[in-house]
Amino acid sequence: MLEQLEGSKAMAKVIGLCRPQVVCAYPITPQTHIVEGLGELVRTGDVQNCEFINVESEFAALSVAIGASAAGARAYTATASQGLLFMAEAVYNAAGLGLPIVMTLGNRAIGAPINIWNDHSDAMALREAGWFQLFAENNQEAADLHIIAFRLAEELSVPTMVCVDGFILTHAMERIDIPEQAQVDTYLPPYEPVQVLDPEDPISIGAMVGPDAFTEVRYLQFYKQQTAFRLIEKLAHDFKKQFGRAAGGLLRTYSMDEAETVVVAMGSVNGTIKDVIDEMRADGILIGLVCLITFRPFPTRALQEALSHAKDVIVIDKALDAGMGGPLASNIAIALRNLAQTPNMHSVVAGLGGRPVTKAALHRVFRQAVIQPWDGPHFLDLNERVIAREIHRKGKARRSGPSAENVLKLLERERAEKIAAAEGTGR
Amino acid sequence: MNEIQKLKFYQKGTLTVGNRLVDEAQRNVQASLSRSNSLTCGHRACQGCGEALGARYAIDAAMRASGNNLIAVNATGCLEVFTTPYPETSWQMPWMHSLFGNAAAVATGVAAAMRVTNRAGTRVVAQGGDGGTTDIGFGCLSGMFERNDDVLYICYDNEGYMNTGVQRSSATPPAARTATTPVLGDEPGNVFGTGKFVPKIAVAHDIPYVATASVADLHDLEMKVTKAMGFRGARYIQINVPCPLGWGAASHDTIRLARLAIETGLFPIFEAENGRFTHVRKIRQRKSVAEYLKLQRRFAHLFKGGKEDPRVARIQAIADRHIADFGLLETPAGAA
Repeated sequence: MLEQLEGSKAMAKVIGLCRPQVVCAYPITPQTHIVEGLGELVRTGDVQNCEFINVESEFAALSVAIGASAAGARAYTATASQGLLFMAEAVYNAAGLGLPIVMTLGNRAIGAPINIWNDHSDAMALREAGWFQLFAENNQEAADLHIIAFRLAEELSVPTMVCVDGFILTHAMERIDIPEQAQVDTYLPPYEPVQVLDPEDPISIGAMVGPDAFTEVRYLQFYKQQTAFRLIEKLAHDFKKQFGRAAGGLLRTYSMDEAETVVVAMGSVNGTIKDVIDEMRADGILIGLVCLITFRPFPTRALQEALSHAKDVIVIDKALDAGMGGPLASNIAIALRNLAQTPNMHSVVAGLGGRPVTKAALHRVFRQAVIQPWDGPHFLDLNERVIAREIHRKGKARRSGPSAENVLKLLERERAEKIAAAEGTGR
Repeated sequence: MNEIQKLKFYQKGTLTVGNRLVDEAQRNVQASLSRSNSLTCGHRACQGCGEALGARYAIDAAMRASGNNLIAVNATGCLEVFTTPYPETSWQMPWMHSLFGNAAAVATGVAAAMRVTNRAGTRVVAQGGDGGTTDIGFGCLSGMFERNDDVLYICYDNEGYMNTGVQRSSATPPAARTATTPVLGDEPGNVFGTGKFVPKIAVAHDIPYVATASVADLHDLEMKVTKAMGFRGARYIQINVPCPLGWGAASHDTIRLARLAIETGLFPIFEAENGRFTHVRKIRQRKSVAEYLKLQRRFAHLFKGGKEDPRVARIQAIADRHIADFGLLETPAGAA
């Protein structure tokens, strides 16, 4: 049924239709309205046979989910940003134990400086934790991906993170098609654990593993991720058959006919990129887009196929590895290194801490990539005047103070100077 | 199980009630052929390990109380490491280990799963050492208490991080030598005026049942575990389990040390229900702390050169305060 809904509320409804049995909630800033929505649905009886547990930390939230999942219940939680980092140890643990927990990550920046707005720093920080990571482009897909995520997680016993851009999607109202319970039930069978804590058939879970077997246990994690590619494609295919619309899969392409320049990006920024591409195509520029949905496992082969004919590849990262550059760009570079003709790689770091990624800025950077390429990552819309002034100031005195506060002061001064200048010309 | 039968006769020297002296129905779980033997032999605990002994009694008692319908969650620590070196396990029951600091939360999840999958008859016990309970796992523990989740949490308190090479925890007593409180400087050993006694904090959560117990009184230990299993909601038992390795004590002195910890007043044995203290185990033959400390190399620096360090008196004062606060003597005016 079509409804006008906030992204978080839509996700809550659809997660409810997935019949979660244990939902853990902790409102670390920043949270989304997903668990609140679920809490409401449990109270009203719209979601039945579900334990909604208010825990004392994100670490506890995922730990409760770990216990519930190991004991045979379908477990769900949601987090973002600092919350994900606070539960990091349990994130790895859930994957190592092979527990098919589904978690929504309302992607946000990580401090310091403290910032509650969107980027992908959180998802990137734990990209090696052994979870599947799926990125939603819009709120319909954000809702739909959860149905796929439960099935994917449970078929392979691998926890799955549905990554949804914080604020941009989680707090945005959109028209969303909420499926019927019967449809979801057909697509998503009840949870059948491969291992379960049961007094009738006692097992030990979580044993100490030494050097004699650790590599093998880890290899099996790698193996499962590698076998997931076909399943992810099949689940997307099944989803379309069941629900009549596309969701999930490894990646989606857009405007790829004879594309010489191809942009690669994840999440909601793809909407803006598509508009820019349409406008550039109208100008006769052969540009296309690969919208990456599955980031873990990383679909190397699918990316090679999609990008093998590109002359230039522009990767948009909404995260920064301060000692390296854009993490997605690094991953794509590795994926493409063995192509017969390796395209020119251009890394763009954009939208950090919620900075809007504008069409104007994307137009500039997409055109510049081909005619005036740069080395390393390009920081979209970087205020270079402020950077120059701050670096200069830092060089002058040892006790130069905290950069974050200094940058804010400099911006304030710039604004004041601008106003003064405007008033001056006005007189 | 009722309160243990009142007897005037005790095993010689131990002050504990032997099985032969009590009614058959009150003999301990370990004495029964029907015991579940949940923590079976062949594990790799040290000789004289108080934790292995405490866990065996506690879990078998919980198994009996639940009709062998029990799941255990374990924090990282000695108990976890010595019972489950892959691919072996000593647990003849469903058992799970996740992390060091989350046993209480994982147990909450297991209990929730039991309710939603129509297995509410299956009970859940969480267990950990003092480090995993009073330090790194304290947040999750307090959360589990506060929500009154249906979990019995058992802390095996050996007063330090013994698995990692004997470091200080918030349950380490003052003056004790550990790897992180070495016998150096002006205040050798662990610092006075630090640490916390989590059973009292548990009582402050107003949870249905809190108790302390000791491997020196296994009847009492089993009785408390059994009693705890009779409640629904959050329950906490802290068991004093001497560690020969970490305390620098002889393996054969484990029970003696546990008994001295009680008889000096250093480890008060009590019960509390719904935030109120209900029962205290009285000291039978009061001992001085010096007698207890001298058996342990972690306190050897207090008796160097045959002289008693003034800090022994400070430890005695702690014991005296426990005796006064908890009313551990039959006649409060008893001689010190």
